[in-house]
Amino acid sequence: MSGSTRDAVMGRIRRAVGATPDDSERREAVAARLAGSPKGVIPKRGQLAPAERLALFVDMARKADATVVEIPDYAAIPDEIATYLRERNLPAEIKMGDDPRLAGIDFSETALSVAKGPSDGDDLSSLSHAEGAIAESGTLMLTSGPDNPTSLNFLPEYHFVVLKAEDVAGDMESLFAGLRERFGKGVMPRSVNFVTGPSRSADIEQTLLLGAHGPRRLHILVVG
Amino acid sequence: MQITSQTFKANTVKALADVDLQRALRHVEKGFIGKRQKAADALPEFEALRDSAMAIKQHTLKHLDLYIDAYVEKVEASGGKVHFAEDADHARRIFLDIARRRKAKTVTKGKTMISEEIGLNKFLEQNGITPVETDLGEYIIQLRDEHPSHIIAPAVHINRDQVEADFRKFHVDLDPERDLTKPETLLSEARQILRQKYGEADIGVTGANFLIAETGTSVIVTNEGNGDLTQLLGKCHVVLASLEKIVPTLEDTAQILRVLARSATGQEMSVYTTLSTGPKRAEDRDGPEEYHVILLDNGRSNMLGTEFEDMLRCIRCGACMNHCPVYHAVGGHSYGWVYPGPMGAVLTPSLIGVDKAGHLPNASTFCGRCEAVCPMRIPLPKMMRHWREKEFESHLQPTAARFGLGVWAFFARRPKLYRSAVSFAMPALKLLGGRKRRLRSLPLAGGWTKWRDLPAPEGRTFMQAYAQSGHADGGRS
Ligand code: SF4
Repeated sequence: MSGSTRDAVMGRIRRAVGATPDDSERREAVAARLAGSPKGVIPKRGQLAPAERLALFVDMARKADATVVEIPDYAAIPDEIATYLRERNLPAEIKMGDDPRLAGIDFSETALSVAKGPSDGDDLSSLSHAEGAIAESGTLMLTSGPDNPTSLNFLPEYHFVVLKAEDVAGDMESLFAGLRERFGKGVMPRSVNFVTGPSRSADIEQTLLLGAHGPRRLHILVVG
Repeated sequence: MQITSQTFKANTVKALADVDLQRALRHVEKGFIGKRQKAADALPEFEALRDSAMAIKQHTLKHLDLYIDAYVEKVEASGGKVHFAEDADHARRIFLDIARRRKAKTVTKGKTMISEEIGLNKFLEQNGITPVETDLGEYIIQLRDEHPSHIIAPAVHINRDQVEADFRKFHVDLDPERDLTKPETLLSEARQILRQKYGEADIGVTGANFLIAETGTSVIVTNEGNGDLTQLLGKCHVVLASLEKIVPTLEDTAQILRVLARSATGQEMSVYTTLSTGPKRAEDRDGPEEYHVILLDNGRSNMLGTEFEDMLRCIRCGACMNHCPVYHAVGGHSYGWVYPGPMGAVLTPSLIGVDKAGHLPNASTFCGRCEAVCPMRIPLPKMMRHWREKEFESHLQPTAARFGLGVWAFFARRPKLYRSAVSFAMPALKLLGGRKRRLRSLPLAGGWTKWRDLPAPEGRTFMQAYAQSGHADGGRS
């Protein structure tokens, strides 16, 4: 980094904002905000009891063109995916990461062939586990790592995402609080992906089309 | 890029005569206005969130030095690097250094307006590096060797049949008999072509909607997923961002996100909101090996503490241009540089100089719609007036004022357009007139109303009043 440029830019900013050498008041204001992460206006929409919150999530995710099914437990996942693919005449193949929550699932009862690892771009379908979801907007949250490589969220055409019903929060702020608890204050995984429906573009005559560079379909499996 | 803001008037004349452009511009109103309104109406807290978002940016700008320091420290702690760039030329040189060190041949790009601002594509080509735009709109623009005409819908000035012609011309390896009459097939074709490019890229470039001081994170917001693939699959991720993108915390980001998508496209949330912090971690199976942020000033620090500071709150949602009758009539290219519409009319003179862009602040009917919809409550009309005062001080006023009248005369000669422009303007003008119902200066007619007061309109245009008073013809052009 060019130190002199940083000094020049920062010097101009300091003069413009009226910084002083001591500046304790401004420093305290900044330290307090960074430490306290105050919440602003939280819309009432998502502030619901668990059952209604889940119902709102499902409704909002569908409005964003995702499909959602509720299944009783992890054991029901293979059948759900196999049926989905079969009904659409798609190959019974899926790529997934090393998420321990999905490790015990027995795919052998179905025709599904499962491969592990990140996507190389040739996979038609992928399976991920979400870390949470936002009822207010029907949004999933996924985090990077060997458990759920980020490429699985974007390269395949059909993206299946497992979400635990208990992980549905009312708002984005609650998920951030959860990240802080898990990774530490001010620390983040390399990538946090908030996903609301399948990819789309309106770049040609403002006509909305599903399936741009990311998945054409997003199928959410809510467990429990 | 070549700046043509000086010839704004000539640009508009050309734009108005451009049949294809006029055809395409119809999609702006159709595509954006109703959707934004619906999304705003669906969230009772929308206005309160606008206040909250505005207050966050105001606080950040007052403490910008401290938040930048905190941000840089966090980026470095996560293994990334921040490069301060004084201006466009400096930013390009920093980029080239990174590219040379990595022996880069191909660079994929998510949508970034800063790349346009620093003219990165041409510069890369001159240095033997191939830039590949991956956003569908940007890709179309790149094929046509044009510039975006809108900050979130770069190809809004192009029609489907034009895209089809371009794809046939450039994708010569594909079957010439293929059917490309549907937008869907154009989208699949672009997807297929760009698919191969992501993984081949030595560098993936994105912009940033936010830089978060608390965590050293850059945030991009997309619908296509192209920016995400760009930054994920390139071996090195370079973020181009200007310094006012800083926000303090994750919570602050969540506040502003709630007004961003609603104001831009009328979505509750854009499809992908991606937070990136540093390069690939030891245990990661995918992700870039290096993570750089080029933090661009290019005139912004000089806006701080001035009457133009408010403009630094802009989150580039595009609502102001989507609701601007002048933009609807002449499109984005007329503005002659990177940023069109009301936000461009204020920002462009700040960044490239009032001598080059002095005409732009006159590109307004002062109807007030831009300010009414701006999620960050930026007083755009007031700031355009500031610029006109500055022009006056630097003796540029006479031409500008004449020009203002010229635009007015132009609208007046085209009654239908004039009516649509002015019917937006009426309620605003009535407000401006206040209790005395006299206007001291009428937008676009500055040179004239300087000398006489105009009676403030009653909230209806003459044509509307005429029609309602029984002259059924009044509404027809
Ligand atoms: S000025 Fe306001 S409305 Fe226009 S792009 Fe910026 S934030 Fe959006």
